[in-house]
Amino acid sequence: MADNNGNKPQPIGLPRIGFYVCHCGSNIAGTIDVAEVAQFVAGLPGVVVSRDYKYMCSDPGQEMIAQDIKEHKLDRLVVAACSPNLHEETFRKAAAKGGLNSFLFQMVNIREHASWVHEDKKAATAKAKGLARAAVYRVRFHKPLEKQQVPVDPNVLVVGGGIAGIHAALTLANAGKKVTLVEREATIGGHMALFDKTFPTLDCAACILTPKMSAVKSHPNITLWTYSEVAKVDGYVGNYKVTVKRKPRYVKEDLCVGCMECIDACVFKEPKFTDQFNQGLGKRKPVYIDFPQATPKVVLIDPQSCIQLKTGKCKKSCAEACDRDAIDFTQKEETRELQVGAIVLATGFQAFDAKKEPRYGYGRYPGVYTALEIERLVNASGPTSGEVVLRDGRHPKSVGIIHCVGSRDAKTNKWCSRVCCMYSLKLAHLIQEHSGAEVYNFYIDMRAPGKAYEEFYDKLLSEGVHFIRGRVSEVTDWAMTPEEEGKLVLRVEDTLAGFVRRIPVDMVVLATGLEPKADAQEVRRRFNIGCGNEGFFQERHPKLAPVNTFTDGIFIAGACQAPRDIPDTVAQAGAAAAEALVLIDAGHVELEPNTSHVVEEECCGCKSCVPLCPYGAITFDEAKKKASINEVLCKGCGVCAAACPSGSIRQNLFEDEEIFSEIEGVLAK
Amino acid sequence: MPDKPKVAFYWCASCGGCEEAVVDLAEDILKVVEAVDIVLWPVAMDFKKTDVEARPDGSIAVAFINGAVRTSEQEEWARMLRRKAQVVVSFGACANLGGIPALANQFKKEDILKFVYEDCPGVDNPSRTRPQTSTVDEGRTVTLPEIRNMVRSLDQVIDVDYYLPGCPPTPKIIMAAVQAILAGKLPAKGTVLSPDIALCEECKRKDSKPADLSLTEFKRPHQIQIDPEKCLLAQGLVCMGPATRSGCEALCPSGNMPCTGCFGPSSRVKDQGAKFVSSVFSNIAPKEAADIDKVLDGIPDPIGTFYRYGLSKCILRRKIN
Amino acid sequence: MSKPMEQGAGAGFEPRIVAFFCNWCTYTAADLAGVSRLKYAPNVRVIRVMCSGRVDPQFVMEAFAKGADGVLLGGCHPGDCHYAEGNYKTLRRMRMLERMLKDMGIADGRFRLEWISGAEGDKVKSVVNDMVAKVRALGPLDLPGKFAEWDKEIEELEHQISAQPAKEAVHAR
Repeated sequence: MADNNGNKPQPIGLPRIGFYVCHCGSNIAGTIDVAEVAQFVAGLPGVVVSRDYKYMCSDPGQEMIAQDIKEHKLDRLVVAACSPNLHEETFRKAAAKGGLNSFLFQMVNIREHASWVHEDKKAATAKAKGLARAAVYRVRFHKPLEKQQVPVDPNVLVVGGGIAGIHAALTLANAGKKVTLVEREATIGGHMALFDKTFPTLDCAACILTPKMSAVKSHPNITLWTYSEVAKVDGYVGNYKVTVKRKPRYVKEDLCVGCMECIDACVFKEPKFTDQFNQGLGKRKPVYIDFPQATPKVVLIDPQSCIQLKTGKCKKSCAEACDRDAIDFTQKEETRELQVGAIVLATGFQAFDAKKEPRYGYGRYPGVYTALEIERLVNASGPTSGEVVLRDGRHPKSVGIIHCVGSRDAKTNKWCSRVCCMYSLKLAHLIQEHSGAEVYNFYIDMRAPGKAYEEFYDKLLSEGVHFIRGRVSEVTDWAMTPEEEGKLVLRVEDTLAGFVRRIPVDMVVLATGLEPKADAQEVRRRFNIGCGNEGFFQERHPKLAPVNTFTDGIFIAGACQAPRDIPDTVAQAGAAAAEALVLIDAGHVELEPNTSHVVEEECCGCKSCVPLCPYGAITFDEAKKKASINEVLCKGCGVCAAACPSGSIRQNLFEDEEIFSEIEGVLAK
Repeated sequence: MPDKPKVAFYWCASCGGCEEAVVDLAEDILKVVEAVDIVLWPVAMDFKKTDVEARPDGSIAVAFINGAVRTSEQEEWARMLRRKAQVVVSFGACANLGGIPALANQFKKEDILKFVYEDCPGVDNPSRTRPQTSTVDEGRTVTLPEIRNMVRSLDQVIDVDYYLPGCPPTPKIIMAAVQAILAGKLPAKGTVLSPDIALCEECKRKDSKPADLSLTEFKRPHQIQIDPEKCLLAQGLVCMGPATRSGCEALCPSGNMPCTGCFGPSSRVKDQGAKFVSSVFSNIAPKEAADIDKVLDGIPDPIGTFYRYGLSKCILRRKIN
Repeated sequence: MSKPMEQGAGAGFEPRIVAFFCNWCTYTAADLAGVSRLKYAPNVRVIRVMCSGRVDPQFVMEAFAKGADGVLLGGCHPGDCHYAEGNYKTLRRMRMLERMLKDMGIADGRFRLEWISGAEGDKVKSVVNDMVAKVRALGPLDLPGKFAEWDKEIEELEHQISAQPAKEAVHAR
C-alpha cells in the first residue's frame, strides 16, 4: 500500500464518522426531511456525530465541523449537501482546519441530484438516506492523502519561429522569462516571410515582420537556435528535459556579420541550384542566405551542392573572401540539452501539395502556379523583383485564381483552410496591380469573416476582378477555338449564370489549402500530445482551452492547431504565452491526489496497462519487469486501475473497496 | 509415541485428475505416506463411510477435498469431513471455483437431465425413464443422491481453511502445502496456497509481449499455427494468464497452449472472468461499435471462455433461467 | 414516480437502478439537470467516478448481485473524453459485458451504456425516465432474493448434519 505522504494510516476497522446534512435553506429541506436523514444515519455503524444544519458551507457550518472533529475525535467526515463540483474543496478545507486529513471526507449530492429533481418528498428522502449510507460505508476505506507539489522550472522552450513562435517568445521574454526559440529552417519568419503584402490592409509583410524578428535576435532573454530541431523530450510539467540537435551551417554563427562577400566570391559564378525559399522559382549558390533580412543574418552552406563539402577539392574562395574567418568546413552537428518548465509548440503548417490535384495540371503545365509561388513572384525582393512573368518569360494578359485547392474536398482535405479566399483576393489585387492582367477568381463561397475582410472583398469587386462562382473541373491546354490556342483553359460551371464556361488564361494560380505538416504525427508523439482526426495538434477543449493540450505544460499556438490567419495566430500565440506564464509564475504545480499507482510486489509485468495511458504516465521498467506509474503525469482517470487483470493498480480515492462499499450502501435494505 | 497425523482425501464432482496429481508426487509420495496416516481415499483405499463417521470430531488433521459440490451426497460428505477434520483444504479448481462442472450453471437442471436421458443422440429411451432419488425394489428402499439446481464451490457449502489451486494443482504446490501442514507453518486462514501474483510473472514468453498491444482479432488455438516463443495473447489467443494466479510455472504456455485460468484470480479480484474482460478488451484496437463487435465475434462462447473453471464464483453465480 | 421505493413483483414495483456517472460529462449533466430543476424519476442512485473507464465489469455485476434491477453507465461522447480515450475502453469492455449478461439470463435493457455530455441535462432526464419505465416493465431482478432462494436447497441437509451430536474422542488426552 503506497501512501504518498508520511502520515500514519487511520485504523480502518474503527472509524469515528461525523455526518452532516445541509438544509441549504429550503433548497434541500423543502423536499427532503433532513432531520429524518440525520436520524437514520446516526444509527449506522461507525457514526458518532450526525447533525443537520441550515447552511453547511457557511462559516459557522464549517466551524461546527472543525469543532466536532476535535471534540469527538472524528476520523472520517461525510457531508450531504450540494454537488461536490461546487463545495468538495470547501469541506476538504474544513476538515483540514479541524485537523483531519482533507481526503478522509466524502460528499453526498442530495441537492442537484435529489431535492431539485424529484417532487415526491418520501422518495427524495429515501434517496438521500441511501446515498448517505453509501458514503458512510465508503468513507471507512478512505486513506489519508496529500496533494503533491512539484516545482516549475521558469524557463520556456518555443518550437517554431514563424509569427506565432516569434510573438510567443517575445511575450514571454518581455515578461522576464528566459526563452529558447528553436527553428528548423536557417532563419525565423516562417510562412509570413514569404509574403509580399498581407490582407486586408495590404501591409508589407516584411515591414511588420522584420522588426519582430530583429527584436527576437536582440532580446537579452531569448536564445535563438535556428537550423535546429528538437530530438527528444523527457520529463513532465514544470520539469522538461529537451534534447536539441543543431545542424551544421559550416559557418560560425557568432563570427558571421552577414556581409555576403562569400556568396559573391563563390567559385560558382552564377547561381544554379534550386532556391527553396523562392519556391523553386529562383536559383542560388551553394553558399547562400534565404533572404536579405534573414534572422540570424548568417549565411549557410548546402552540403548537397558545395564542391568542397562533396569532394574536398575546392579553391574555397568563399573562405578566403571572409575577413572574419567565419567559414568552417569541419563543423559538425551539435547536441544541446535544455531544462524548461513549459513548452510552446508553434510549428505551423504546410501548403497542400498541388500535384495531388492532377486535373489542375500543376507540374505538367508550366503556367500553373501555387499561391506561395505567386507570393514570391509579386514580391519586390523575389526572384523577378515583383514582375509578374511566366516561366517562359511571357507576361500574362489573363490570370485565373482557383480557390479551395485541397480544401472543402472529400477527396483531399475536408476542412476549409480559412485564409485562402482572403489571400486569393489579395493576390488578385497584386497581380492586377503589377501586370494589368484580367484576373478571374473561381470560388465556391467567399469567406471573409475577419475585421475589415468583407470590406476588402468589396474593394476587389470594384477593382474589376472577375468573380465566378463555380468549382473548376479542369485546367487543360487543349484548345477548342482559335482564341484558346496557346492558353490554359479553365472549364467551370458558372453556377450563378447557370452554364458551363471555358475561360482561357495565360496563368493559373492554385489557392492551395493549409494542412498539418508531414511530420506532425512524429512531432506530436515526441511531445506526448495528441492530434485530432485531421492531423492538426489537439487542443484540450475546442472552446475553453484552445491553446492547452492534454499534456500539462505543453501549449500550442498558430496553424499547427488549425488553419488560421495572422491576426488570430498572433492572438493565440499571446494566449499560449499567457498560459505558460500562469504555470511558471505559480512556481509550483499542485497535483490532485486521485492518481493511480502500481503495487510493485503485486505486479506480474503483463504490460496490459502500459498502452492505456494517454498521458504516457505508465512505463514498463525493463530492469524490474514491472509496470510503473509516474504520479506527476497521472491525471487520475482510473482506466488502468480497472484494466489491471490482477487488481495490482490502485486509484487513490477510487479504490475497488471504496466503490464496492458504495454499491452495497446504495442498495442495502 | 504420538500418532501420525490423520489425513483424508475425498472427491466430489471430480474427474479424478486431482487424485492423479497426488499420485504424481512420484517418489515424494513415499515421504508423505510415511509421515501421515491416510484414513480416507476412495480412489485408492477401501475405507467406508461408516469408518469415517465413527471417528471423533476433529480427529482428522487435514481433509483434502476436491471436486465441486453438485449432489446431496457430496454435500453430506463435505459437511461430515468438516466436522471430522481440523483443517479442510479445498483442493483443485473444482473445489475452489466450481471448475468445469460449474459450467452446468448455464443450464437448468431439468434441461440437462432431459438431454442426458432423452435427447442426446445415441440415447435409446423411448419410455423417457429417469433415475429417481428414491425407489422401492422388492420391499427395499434404494436411494440416489439428489442433484442440486446449482453447482457450488466447496466454500459455498462448508467453511474452508486453505485453497490449493489448479486443474489439477501441480505436484510442486501440493508438496509445498503438505510440508507446510506437517511443519505447522501455515499462513492466515483462507489463504490460497500459491503466489498472489499473476501468471505472466513466471511465463517464459513474457519478454516477447509488446508494451503497446492493440488487438484486432481473436483466434482460437485450432485456427492458427501457434508460435512457440511469442506471447500467446499477442498472437490473438485468449490467454487468461494476466488474470490468473501463478504457481504452476506456466505449464500450459510452455506446452504451446494459452492459459485457461485454472488457478483462479489473485486475492484482489472478486470475479476473474469480469476482470479479464476489463483488461483484455481495453487493449483492442477498434473504436466504433460495429468494428468492436467484429473483434468480439472471435470469442463465440464468452462465459465458457472467461469462466471455464470459475462460474460458481462469478458474481452472478449462475444463469437466471 | 408517486410511490415510494418498494421491492416486490407486480403492481407497485419500483425499480432500483445504480448509475455510474463520469465526473466531467454525465455527472455534470446531472448537476445541470438539477440546476435547471428538471424533474425525473427518483429510482436512480448515482456513484461518481472520474472517468467511465474506471468502471470495471465487476462493479456492474456486483450492483446486480446486491439488488439492482438496472445498471446505467454514463460517459462522455466518443472523441470527447476528458481523458482522451477512456470512454473507448469503456465501450469495448461493455460490448462484451452485454453479451455475457445476456448469456447469464439478464434481460436486455437492464444494463445500459449512454453517452451524455456535460451540456445534456435534458438527456439525463429522458434516459433515466426511459430506463425506469423499461426496467419497471421487466419486473424486479432481485438477485439477493434469488440467491437466497437457490441456497434453500442446501439448508435442510445443513440443519440435519449440524444437529447431529458431536462425536467426542473415546479416550481423553
